[in-house]
This record gives sequence, C-alpha cells and structure tokens, in this order.
Amino acid sequence: MTRIHMAGASGLLLDAADGAFNDMTQRRIWATSRELNARADIVQTIPGVNNLLVMFDAVKTDPAAMETLLRDMWTQASADEIPTREIVVPVAYGGIFGEDLALVARFANLTEEETIEAHMAGRYSVAAIGAMAGFVYLTGLDPRLAIPRRDSPRLRVEEGAVVIGGGHAGMMPCTSPSGWHILGRTNLCLFDAFRPEPGLLRLGDTVRFVRAS
Amino acid sequence: MIEILTGSSLNTIQDFGRRHAMAMGVAQGGAMDRLALGYGNLLLDNPLDTAGIEIVFFPFRVRFHAETSFAVTGADCPVTLDDLTLPRDWAITGRPGQTLSIRAPRQGARAYLTVRGGLDVPAVLGARSTDLKGGFGGLEGRALQKGDRLTCAPAASIRLPAAGYGLSRPCPLPSAEGTQVRVLPAAEHDIFTPESLKTFQTAAWTLTPSANRMGYRLEGQETLMLTRKLNLFSHGILPGTVQVPPAGQPIIQMMDANTCGGYPKIATVIEPDLRLLSQTGVGAPVHFREITRDDAVQAIRQDASDLRTLAAEISKLRTQLVF
Repeated sequence: MTRIHMAGASGLLLDAADGAFNDMTQRRIWATSRELNARADIVQTIPGVNNLLVMFDAVKTDPAAMETLLRDMWTQASADEIPTREIVVPVAYGGIFGEDLALVARFANLTEEETIEAHMAGRYSVAAIGAMAGFVYLTGLDPRLAIPRRDSPRLRVEEGAVVIGGGHAGMMPCTSPSGWHILGRTNLCLFDAFRPEPGLLRLGDTVRFVRAS
Repeated sequence: MIEILTGSSLNTIQDFGRRHAMAMGVAQGGAMDRLALGYGNLLLDNPLDTAGIEIVFFPFRVRFHAETSFAVTGADCPVTLDDLTLPRDWAITGRPGQTLSIRAPRQGARAYLTVRGGLDVPAVLGARSTDLKGGFGGLEGRALQKGDRLTCAPAASIRLPAAGYGLSRPCPLPSAEGTQVRVLPAAEHDIFTPESLKTFQTAAWTLTPSANRMGYRLEGQETLMLTRKLNLFSHGILPGTVQVPPAGQPIIQMMDANTCGGYPKIATVIEPDLRLLSQTGVGAPVHFREITRDDAVQAIRQDASDLRTLAAEISKLRTQLVF
C-alpha cells in the first residue's frame, strides 16, 4: 500500500516500500520522478529506495492538489525502461583499504576471498543518489553480505572507500562520516562539481566491481 | 575589495543555496537565516538572494580596501566601523582603510555581511553558497581565513547617508525564554507512542553544542520512542526534518543536511520558523508546536508577503533618504 506523507508544507514523500526492495517499484519511482520534473510547478524530486520526495513551492501551489496529482501519477506510472550503461569499478580489496573485510567475512560465514568473489559477482543497479554529493545506493548485493550498518558511524571514511551497509553497496564520493562497512578502495572520481555532468553514475546504471590490477 | 582580518572554520559565503542539485546528492545549502541575508541585500538594492558572508564565529573583522557600501544584518551584535557604532540591520558606506568589527551577539547567533553588488565568487551548480562537505562554492569551497581578499561584483554605486540607514524595525530574533517553532507531522509521526507525541510538544528541548549548518541536536529529559522497530529504506529529506535516532533525542536537519537519510521522522519545522532556529543559541530551550497544513501554508504565504512589504518599505525609504 503506497502512502503519501507530508514533508513540511512544500514537500510530499511517496513511500511505496512493501517489505523487501522491489525493482519494479523502483522503475515506477524513476518514471514518476521524470514525469514530475517536466512540470513547472515542481522544484525538484529526490528518488529514494522505493520512495520519492517531491518538492514544490507552497506559496504558489496548493499542497492538497499536489498530493492528488502525485497519487494519480503514481497509480498510472509504468515501469521506466531507461537505457542502462555499465560502469566497471576497479577495487583494491582488503588490507589497509578494506578494514572491515574480515568482519564481513565472519558475518557471512565465508573466507575473505569468497567475500570478495561474492561482492564482485553482483550486477548492481543505481537505485538512488543522495546523502552526499554523488553517493549511489546500489541494489543487487548478495544477501549473504547484507550486514547491518555499524551501531555508531565512523567519523571519517576516506573518499573512494567501497562500502556495504543495510543490504546496499556503495562508494564514498568524498571523505565523510559513515556507518557502512569498508571492503576496499577505488580511485574512480565519483563526483566533481566542475564537470559538465558532476556525478559519474546515473539512476539505473549497472555497476560491476572488478579487482584493480 | 575587502580583506578578512579574522579566521575561523565556520564563517562562509552564502546565498539562497542550490534548489536543483539535491537529486545529485548535493545539499540545498544557503543562508541559515534567509530573511537576514535578504534584508541586507534589500538595503543595498541588490537582488534578494545575492551572496554575502554568514558569520557565526566572533569577533569578525574586515578591512575595506576600496569604497564599499555594505550592510550588517541578523543577530544583534555590537558593530563598529572604526569608532562609529552601527545600529542593528544597518547599511552604510565604508571607505578604504576603515575596519568593520562585529562582536559576539547579545541576541541571536548569526550575522550577515552583505556588500553592494554581492561577493564576486563563481557560481557552482547554480549557487555561490559554500558547500563545506563537498568542498566547492563560495571561496574555493572553504570557510573564510585571515588574509582572504574578496572583491565585490561590479554594480553601480549607490548613495547612502553618511551615517547610513536602516528600518526602525529590525528582523525578529528568538527571545531568551526560548524558540517556538511550528511543525507539521512527518512520515513516521503516528508510529511514535502517544506519550512521546505529547512529550515532543510539551517538553523544553535544549539546543546542544552539536549544532551546525548540517543539523541541530536537541536534548530533553525524556526520550521519544516508537511503538515498533522500523527499518526504513533511505529516502530524501529536507531542511527542517526532525529525525529521531534510536537514542530518542531529536535532530533537526538544517541547510547543509544530507539529502537522504534513514532515521524515523516525527515532524518537519515549517520554513518560516527555520530561521528562528538558526538564530537560537546553544543551551537555549526549543519548543515544538504542531499545526495543520492549512495553517502552515498560510504562514508561508504570510512570510512571502511580509518580505514583499519589507522590500516596498525599504524601496520607499530609499527615495526619502536625506544626504
């Protein structure tokens, strides 16, 4: 059952989550987001994981009318078929770059090598972008690696850290606090505010991790 | 050109922030007290959202190396231009060699220095605001340091009275007794226990020292509890969102907040009251009051209309200035 909640007077959060992550729902989220962004009365949208935050200007737009519009649009939305690109991410696994590899291996009841193989075997999809500039929430993580986030976040996780947490995979676009577990390090530049397209990854992109040579 | 004489890791260049980059994960950013920044710009006949300096670390001093019309607005600080004491929310012209000094606020927490034409720094992703986390915007993506020299964007000079000018009615600031903020229920509101929902509105929450442009952590005698454990997927969040992590003490997301989060949300502070929070000092009490969406919309529209009235008043006053 999809719920629409207030996010202040100028925002609405459409929450379509129903238990486990649903790929079809996610494609409908992207489609709804794109359709909304074509409208002049929408300031911006933030697609989350099986949810969508919609922002508008309550000075000009009636929130109740916007809620009705959003519900109608969502009901009619069909799954987005956006062209997907494949991005290959080279990773230096373990050692000083992957301080949680041993912990994750114990959690998954695998050897460190099997843990790396399981991480590389995934075909991940960029479900959402956010938290920090250029951070991607990747779905498609091997369920054996779905270790919960740390109880208290590390105050400093380095840019390029290849991380997993809460059933998702990700990579740190900048040095920042994080509660995710660190498996390795990539030297890809994930976000640069001065590039024509600042973020390296787009919604729907497929990501594959390989061992850095 | 102005030269910064005092360094800190917190004083930054801000405008109204990035309204269209959150989908990339970029914080909205922008002045924590938009009304105060806007007020300064109106006094200088700049567009409302022109970039100025947000000052949270005092004393703050600058030296003018060229004739510069400027305004100091926001918190109630002792402000002097060389030996001349300036009233609150005041615009005046500084001459080369003069020093402007802004000392710790008597009331409020953030002061804004705006200059005629605005600060000439490049727009990045649609704004001149400093994004400290991302390391871009403002001056080289960082806080202002001692010795930094900032130029003003070219603009026709404006004539101001020798002693400057301002409105007799300055920007409202929260009272010492505490800050009242109006909120709307957010997504997980109804999953909190009835006692927690009552506590949320009746308790005096104290603003802790963990209060910065990303978020304001509050502390209360009681904790806010959910009726059941939730495991939320990551979702977009806006400035004003009141999150409740497992410890049960609320955190209000501010202008540089992460664009996505995963903690339960009890409420959202309405936009007109966010600036009051930003002017609240550490240790001061904060009170939440739930209102309806209709009342919130009315408050937001009233706020927009008040700003238009202010702009009209200042514009009228400018025609009556005596030189």
